[in-house]
Parts: sequence; C-alpha cells; structure tokens
Amino acid sequence: MSQDNKKVTVETTGHVWDDDLQELNNPLPRWWIWGFYITFGFALVYWLFYPAWPIGNTYTKGIPGLNNVTYVATKVDGTQETKTTHWNMRSKLMVEMNDLQAEQKPYVDKVASKSFEDVAKDPELMQFVNSAGKTLFATNCVPCHQAGGQGKVKFAPNLTDDYWQYGGTYENIQTTIVGGRHGVMPAFKTILNDAELTQVSNYVLSLSGEPHNADAAKLGDAIFHGDKAGCYACHGVDAKGNIAIGSANLTDKVWLWPDVLGAKTPEAKLNEVKTLIYGGMDKGVMPVWETRLKPEQIKLLTVYVHDSLGGGK
Amino acid sequence: MPDQAEKSLYQKHIPIVTRSVKGQFRTFKTAVMLLAYSVYFLLPWMPWARVSAASQAILFDLTTRRFFIFNLIVYPQDIFWLAMLLFIAAALLFFVTGLVGRAWCGYFCFQTLWSDMFIQIEHLIQGERPARLRLKNQNWNLEKILKIGASHALMILVSMWTAITFACYFSYAPTFVYHFFNGTGVAGGYFAVLVLTLLTYMAGGVAREQICLYACPYARFQSVMYEADTLAVTYDAKRGEGMKGRTIPIQGLKTQDERTLAGHGDCIDCGFCVQVCPTGIDIRNGLQYQCISCGLCIDACDNIMDSVGYPRGLIRYDSERNMASEVPEPPRVIWKRFKVIGYAVALLLMTGLLFYNIGTRSDTEVSVQQVRQPLYVMLSNGSLRNRYLIHIVNKTESDQIYTIDVDGISPRSLDMRFFKAVSIKAGKGLSVNASVNLSAEDASKVREFNFLITQASTQKVIKVETNFNSPREHD
Repeated sequence: MSQDNKKVTVETTGHVWDDDLQELNNPLPRWWIWGFYITFGFALVYWLFYPAWPIGNTYTKGIPGLNNVTYVATKVDGTQETKTTHWNMRSKLMVEMNDLQAEQKPYVDKVASKSFEDVAKDPELMQFVNSAGKTLFATNCVPCHQAGGQGKVKFAPNLTDDYWQYGGTYENIQTTIVGGRHGVMPAFKTILNDAELTQVSNYVLSLSGEPHNADAAKLGDAIFHGDKAGCYACHGVDAKGNIAIGSANLTDKVWLWPDVLGAKTPEAKLNEVKTLIYGGMDKGVMPVWETRLKPEQIKLLTVYVHDSLGGGK
Repeated sequence: MPDQAEKSLYQKHIPIVTRSVKGQFRTFKTAVMLLAYSVYFLLPWMPWARVSAASQAILFDLTTRRFFIFNLIVYPQDIFWLAMLLFIAAALLFFVTGLVGRAWCGYFCFQTLWSDMFIQIEHLIQGERPARLRLKNQNWNLEKILKIGASHALMILVSMWTAITFACYFSYAPTFVYHFFNGTGVAGGYFAVLVLTLLTYMAGGVAREQICLYACPYARFQSVMYEADTLAVTYDAKRGEGMKGRTIPIQGLKTQDERTLAGHGDCIDCGFCVQVCPTGIDIRNGLQYQCISCGLCIDACDNIMDSVGYPRGLIRYDSERNMASEVPEPPRVIWKRFKVIGYAVALLLMTGLLFYNIGTRSDTEVSVQQVRQPLYVMLSNGSLRNRYLIHIVNKTESDQIYTIDVDGISPRSLDMRFFKAVSIKAGKGLSVNASVNLSAEDASKVREFNFLITQASTQKVIKVETNFNSPREHD
C-alpha cells in the first residue's frame, strides 16, 4: 500500500508561487456536500413553521395556522384568557407553565381545602409547602425578609424566631399577609428631655437584662409608667407589648429597630435605644398582599412561614 | 500503475455467504446461543412476589426510579454499583482475552449471536451456501422474491420480538405485550420497539460482520491484550504449507507421505475454512483484526482432515510463541503471566467489593441538611435555634414508620412538630423539618450531636452526625 513512489495527481487551483508551490483543489467529500444541500431543504421547511426573517419592525411568522401554540394566560385583573399565536419561545414557555400549574393544582387545592393544622400534620403536603412556599417566598417576601426569612435589623422582622409583633398563630400571620401592617412609634424629642430619654432608655435595657445604670433605670421606670410619656399605653404596663397594635415586647432578647445586640459597648446599646425613642419610627410597613396573591397562595405562604420557617406559635 | 487519487476510499460491501459446518466449536456456539436466548427471552416473564411494584423478577422501573433484580432493589443513588459492574465487565474481558483471545466476540457477543441466528434463518429458508449463492446471482423471479422475502420477514419478526422483550424489562411484561398488540400501549413503548427492531435487523440482518469490522471499538482494542502466550485461532503454516506451499490433492499427492516427499504441506487448499468464516477472511493469512475467533474454521478444517485421513489440528487454538518454537508443544492455557494475574486480581477485588457493598446495603437512607440561612436563630428568651431538613428514604418493600430522636443533647431540645414519627411509603422518600433549641449556655458547649432515625418495625437505628451553630467568642 506504499504510496512513496507513486505520483499523486490532484487538481490544482492553477495558482503557483515560488516556482513550485501549488494550491491543491481537493473537492469536498460527497457525503459532506449532500449534508450541506440537506440543510438548504431544512431551512426552507423551517421558514414555513417558525419565525425566521426579520422585516423592518416585524418578522415572518411562518404559514399562518400551520404551527400554532395555544395557552392560557392570566391577565392583570385575574381573569383567564385562552390565546393562540404562531410558534414562539414565550408561548412555549406559557404552555410549559400551564402544564406545571396543572400538575401543582391537586396539591394547591388540598392546601386550600384543609385547615392550617391539617396541612401542617400531613407530611407529604408539608413537603409541597416547603418547596412551593419557598418559591412564593423568594418571589414576594425575600426583598425585605431576606432569603432565609431571617429579616434584617432596623428593616424587617425575623420570621424564623419565636417572637411575633402581630402574633404568630396561623390566623395572625394570614391577617398580616392579607392586609399588610404599618408599625409606628411616635418621636419623643419634644416630650422628654435628654436626661429623661437616658433614664427611660436605661429602663428599657434593664427589662431584658442588658447592661444599664440601675439608678437611671429606676427613674426611667417612673417615666415609662407615667402619663407624660405614656409608654405603657402601647407597650403595656408589663412592657410585653401588644400584638393588636404591634407594639414591641421590650422584655425579651429580640430587637428589631434598635440594634442592641449588634452594639458592642453599653454606651452604644444605650445610644441605640435612646435614638429610637428620640426620633420615633415610621418604617414598619408591610405591604398588602391580598391584591397581589391569590387566597390559596396566601394560605400556602402562611403555613410556610409558620411551619417551614419554624417560628410559628 | 493505478492512480491513487482516482481510487475510491469507500470499500463496497462484499456480501458474505457462509457454509454451515459441524464440530465441537459449532456445538459450543449453539449451546451458548440457546442458553443466552433462553435467559434473554424468558427472564422478563419470571414472576416474583412484590409488594410495591409489579410481580416481575427483573424490572427496571423508570417511573419510580427503582431497578428490581430478584430481591435486590437498586436506587438511583446506588449508581456506583453500575460503575463497579462496568469495571468488572472490563476486567473480565481483559482477563479472558489475555488467556484465550477474543472469546467474547466469537461466542458471547450479541452481535455474533443475532448474526448467527439470522444466518441460520437464511440457511433454513434458502438452503446451503451454493443454493444461496445461486439464488443471489439469479434474476428476480417468484422463487427469489419468496425466499429472500421470507427470510427477511422472519429476521424482522425475530428482531421485533427481541425489541419487545427488551421493552418488557422496563415494564410489567404481560400488560405491556397485551397493550402493545391491543393498540393501547404508550407511545414511548411503540417507539422503543420500532427503533430496537430496526437496529437489531440492521445490525444482525444487514450489516452483520461490518459492525465488528468498522463500528465496534472492542474489536480493535482487544488486540493490545494479546500476548505471545495468548491462545488464538491459528493456522499451522509450517505444517500446512511445507516447503513448496499448499496444493490440492491431485493424483500422486493424496497421502501425507506423498506430499511430504514432494515438499507440499497438509493444506489441501479446499477453501472450506474461508467459506465458513462469518467475517469472510482467510485464516491462513495469519492473525487478523477481522477474526472474531469463533472457531468455525477449526471445525471446517478438522472435518476435512478427518475425511482425507490426516491428523486434526491444522487450524487450532495455539499461541504465537508455541507456533514460532522449533519443537511445538501441545497447546495449553498458560496463565502464570503478569498481565493475566493482574487482571484476575483486579477482577476478584472489584467483584468482592461489589458483593460486600450490596450485602451491607441499608434499608433506610437518611441525610440531614442543615438550614444555613440563617445559621442560627436567637429566640426571645435568649436560647438558640438551629433548623434541619431530614430526608428519609424507605428502601424496603413495605410502608415503614420512622421515629426521629437526638443523641448528645437533651431530647426535649428537639422540636419535630407533628413528625416525631413519620410513615413513609415503600420505595418513597420524605423530607421533614426539624428544629433544635438550646439554651445559650448549652449552645456554647455543643458543637456536634447526632440524629437517631429508628425504623419502628426492626428497631434498626441510623445515626447521622450533624453540627449545631451558635455565635462563638471569636465571631
């Protein structure tokens, strides 16, 4: 099979450089050429079925009616509409979403028809709540309450702990999601002077065993329960807050608006509390979800927050 | 001098029409075929009592993602068993090839088995080699249409039953076959059967030896496992050719003595060994990559040697070294070689490991995933909470109840809500939320603890180590 002594004659392009440097013209293999021609045919058929050529602001959509996609879309006002369009990626996505929603429906219906406790007691439904709730939570709640529901000091409450400003039962949580919340604390800068602010701040710190000045706290106790400042009116005589109006429990270890746990020194902790009382707070806003989520989604989220995040009561 | 550029690089297929032969290797091949076909075609119909799946001994259930092999249930997480099995298969191939050459190709490969079956179908309908050749070369008439058509129809039927049998391994065989012929089967089933029928017919009925020559990688790389001592189907050229080469037994060259005197070897050049070869080679040209070492040429030659009264073994299993030696010994398997022993050791080790692994598998699989966002939660009374997602897979054949406990911390610190004991269906998995609350003091001491998952029916306990996160001094 040796080719050493055989003269190879191959067609050349006729170009010759440096006397004997020729450009060979090896034709493409037949199978390759045929494969190439087949792609022409494929493209022609493709144009009949799929969007292809851009024309100004529009494009060819294939032969009308040849390759239609039908899907159900939910409009902004909540009504459903069946749409038929030429094939396109978005409509294919919608069809897939429709299929997935249909697959989820039995579980969603089960959650909707059962009581909160019964959902929480059903291990398979809870698996669904864990995963579907996670998606709902990630889409709607994470911007404020953070990815794991851990919240952020001075911004949004932690949903994984056992403290609930507005109550931690299923019904409380559902009410919170449905109607939203707006937590406000008035500013005391015109009512209390600096010394009084220090005293009442020391008292607040003493309630949860944080470092404080005992003498000042004693004076602060009087201010707290006195009618001039009237702190007790909202936070209660025992300072344990009131879930009906969302006033904070001052006797526990959980802090939302003053960053007492984050402050390292006693002075910094005092300053945190004092600043809040001085200026008040008007940022405790949870939006209304009733208008954005369906009732069954809110129910699912309620169980997710209560049981999957694990802080419910 | 032919011009290389004009010569086509495409080798046009030369059809191979083989002659049938009788002998020990043919008998062995037939026995292997009968055994392999019995196992392959009958195994899906073997019943086996099951609780959570169809009562079939071998069932590769793709929908529930479980493979049932008698009493063994294989889950997707056991995929490394497949890796071990493939390793064992490879080591076995190397080991056997090192000893006796391409035994896999010649006797056991499904390409060989199905090709052999289809050649026998042709033999049955169209007759022996001369009749088949005559039929092939004659013009198309009713006889040719009927005979060729019938043999291909039969091949397609065998291919189809092969395909249906294959599909039966993945579905409950009686219902699958019933629905298949009833026209009520699933589309995937019909598609699988169609594709496999076509592939089987194309590979065994049309392409045949071309699969071995051009498509099969094993055919090419098995040659590197051959050593000088490896037994291979070999033509004894010294004996066959003599001084002056082979020749037909004309007058005066009939007995061995006459031929030896004249300087001719024992090969009477009858061409029988070529006619029986399924890959169409001449073994007298020496060892070739096309040779699948099926031994049919040995049978053919032995028959001829018997009929002319010469000793058998002109073509035989022998080693390269023995052939080259001055005084050849009777061929024997020489296994005391580094490579062969190495393959055997690897084979035994991995087989042992696989069996050990399967033997010590657990009925329950538990994984504990710590919720890391947030790493820990400070509760209102100052204690700390960590949360976990416990995933339990029930790999038994019946529904099971599992209880979840902790070890290393107070049992009261575990909060399972309603799932202290959970029931899990056969073959299913379940994830449950767990939270562990420790006082600030305990939390500072505990870094690790265990979850104990107890299967209620057997009281078997599975211990899973996990961590407890809390703010540390250095944080």
